[in-house]
Amino acid sequence: MARRPETRFVDCDILVVGGGFGGCGAAYEARYWGRDLNIVLVEKANVERSGAVAQGLSAINCYMGMQWGENQPEDFVRYARGDLLGLVREDLVYDIARHVDATVHKFEEWGLPIIKDEKTGRYLREGKWQILIHGESYKPIVAEAARKSVDAVHNRVMVTHLLQDSKRPNRIAGAVGFNVRDGGFHVFRAKAVIVGAGGGSHIYRPRAVGEGMGRTWYAPWSTASAYGLLIPAGAKMIQMENKIVLARFKDGYGPVGAWFLLLKSYATNAYGEKYEAAHLEKLKARVGKYAESTPVPTCLRNHAMLEEMKAGRGPIYMHTQEVLDSPEKEMIGWEDFLDMTISQAVVWASQNIDPKETPSELITSEPYVMGSHATCSGAWASGPEDIAPGDYQWGYNRMTTVEGLFGAGDTIGGSAHKFSSGSFTEGRLAGKAAVRYVRDLRGETPAIDEGQVNTLRETIYRPLETWRVGRNEIVAGTVSPNYITPLQGLQRLEKLMDEYVGGYSTFYVTSEPLLKRGLELLTLLKEDMAHVGAEDLHQLQRAWELHHRILTAESVTRHTLFREETRWPGYYYRADHPDLDDAQWHVFTVSRYDAASGEWQLDTLPVHHFVP
Amino acid sequence: MPTYTDMTRCDGCGECVDICPSDIMHIDPVYRRSYNVEPNFCWECYSCVKYCPQHAIDVRGYADFAPLGHKVRVRRDVDKGVIAWKIRYRDGREKAFSFPIRTTAWGSIRPPADYAPPGRHELDSPLLAHEPEALNIAALPSLSTPNEKV
Repeated sequence: MARRPETRFVDCDILVVGGGFGGCGAAYEARYWGRDLNIVLVEKANVERSGAVAQGLSAINCYMGMQWGENQPEDFVRYARGDLLGLVREDLVYDIARHVDATVHKFEEWGLPIIKDEKTGRYLREGKWQILIHGESYKPIVAEAARKSVDAVHNRVMVTHLLQDSKRPNRIAGAVGFNVRDGGFHVFRAKAVIVGAGGGSHIYRPRAVGEGMGRTWYAPWSTASAYGLLIPAGAKMIQMENKIVLARFKDGYGPVGAWFLLLKSYATNAYGEKYEAAHLEKLKARVGKYAESTPVPTCLRNHAMLEEMKAGRGPIYMHTQEVLDSPEKEMIGWEDFLDMTISQAVVWASQNIDPKETPSELITSEPYVMGSHATCSGAWASGPEDIAPGDYQWGYNRMTTVEGLFGAGDTIGGSAHKFSSGSFTEGRLAGKAAVRYVRDLRGETPAIDEGQVNTLRETIYRPLETWRVGRNEIVAGTVSPNYITPLQGLQRLEKLMDEYVGGYSTFYVTSEPLLKRGLELLTLLKEDMAHVGAEDLHQLQRAWELHHRILTAESVTRHTLFREETRWPGYYYRADHPDLDDAQWHVFTVSRYDAASGEWQLDTLPVHHFVP
Repeated sequence: MPTYTDMTRCDGCGECVDICPSDIMHIDPVYRRSYNVEPNFCWECYSCVKYCPQHAIDVRGYADFAPLGHKVRVRRDVDKGVIAWKIRYRDGREKAFSFPIRTTAWGSIRPPADYAPPGRHELDSPLLAHEPEALNIAALPSLSTPNEKV
């Protein structure tokens, strides 16, 4: 990129950052309520196949079935609360649960094939909350609805920073980023911004190495921008220590839900022993009543598997061969992978594993940082007006602690088990609330500061210049004393998070001394990021993804240090505080980062229970 | 490596470049054909494989755990609304599956602005678009435990 990049100003009422399920839901709902508003969607890839559902899904994991009396929203709150060992925002979880059925019915009307039970005519249940779909085109279908909702979609524009209002502190005014194809500098001026960006893969060293490092469980393009954008904007973040570890088919990370729940398969250690019950009994001493939750919390099931692996009784096996006794079941088993994790089919074909004949290995993954799956990291957000207690509510549903800044999906904390349908639903909630917010502004428009934008412009493109200069100092290759590549920086981040902040190499164990040493190394990495070099626009995208990941990693580390207990054994362990401590820590951890001073403030917020 | 492009089939149209969620399918400046520039950021999501008009892109499983000799091939027929898979094992066994992908015509989704506009006061209610009808129950549930509880 020899020429100075062209600056493009985009003015809109509502800017949606990220075109995954959260962002698509936000776009749809904002248009429904704001017919005359200018709504813009910006996506770093192509909205047709972007976000965590790009590949497809084989199930919708959040559906109540209220029309058939299958479940009520209160039931779902109890489930999510139990799974997270007590710590969820019940108002947010309830809010998603009461709306999510309408979202799923709309998906079906749009053309998503949902599998029916032939006898009852209802959706075929995979489990209590899950329904089965033919979901290869789940994302393109939802993307069609989103494209039809907005004034413009800006594909291949990577948003790097949010913009603050120059007139009023702590108010949002837009966002900036660059076009990954032509390098153009985009300045979005907006009255409200809804962030539907992704959670974090590649915060921790993945188990796969070399070429296979792309086969993380969560998509490699989920680059923690949900947090990397919000943290420097000063939004309060909660539960960032609540990272998730997944028990999945080994290496391919194929899903296990259909196998356990629908096909009624089971897991054993290498000696054919079902190991879970014995470990749960022992866990009562560490986590008390939570070990008796039904179903068994996800992290505690991980814990049982880890204990077996540590004792040398691995490999752990899923006994697929015991349950595939009909062609229909075989087809369900294969579609489960082909719809959403094709790599697992590749693993079977390459290793000559026929699930009808041979059991398959299970493993616990590297940790991820998410707000949409079975954990709830993310921004502290205002709850629904008619449900949220007073201290969970400040005017607009799903608005963060920054005025005019909304979120959905991985972005919003405290509300686990959204998955695809819940993330879209949360986007809808944020979309409607943002329309209300814009209406209430009554012409009092936020303004951007030209100086701030110019500074960001210099900052954003600097890695290209760093590389150009440094590259000419060496003959060839990737080794320079003056810059690091985004991949080199990423691998340093993954290694230190793995070794100091509870990755798989320590069996997810960390402690105060380890965390403090991790923070020292993170500080050095942050300093080195001033010298990250990008040889082209693609690498510039990687550089900014890495910035988002590093900020997220620091937040994770500080929260993990702050919570002096082991709340979720199986997700991570504080060796210096090995037990769950409800007397001290039945609270949310909350942090706020001051970008000007670089200081972090950590505190707690109350967990209110109002669903009996 | 995970995805790779067949030299003789690729015509350099760039569909894969346009669709790749990871931005790793690029056009080689010398051969004017696509290739995977960053296999270690490939999720094997098969988006490029599915969207390639020439069926020029295939996947060879990640070298660190997938032995050679396998094939997982796919044809996504948008018009018929069906996806067909063919799996060939390292030892030569084969399996084939096909699944529906969509029950309605592409482009048929009714945009939100096509519905009757809601009244101004409805903006203040907890109801979302199409509710309560789309819930298939009489009314949106609510909790009887609002603010005074705290």
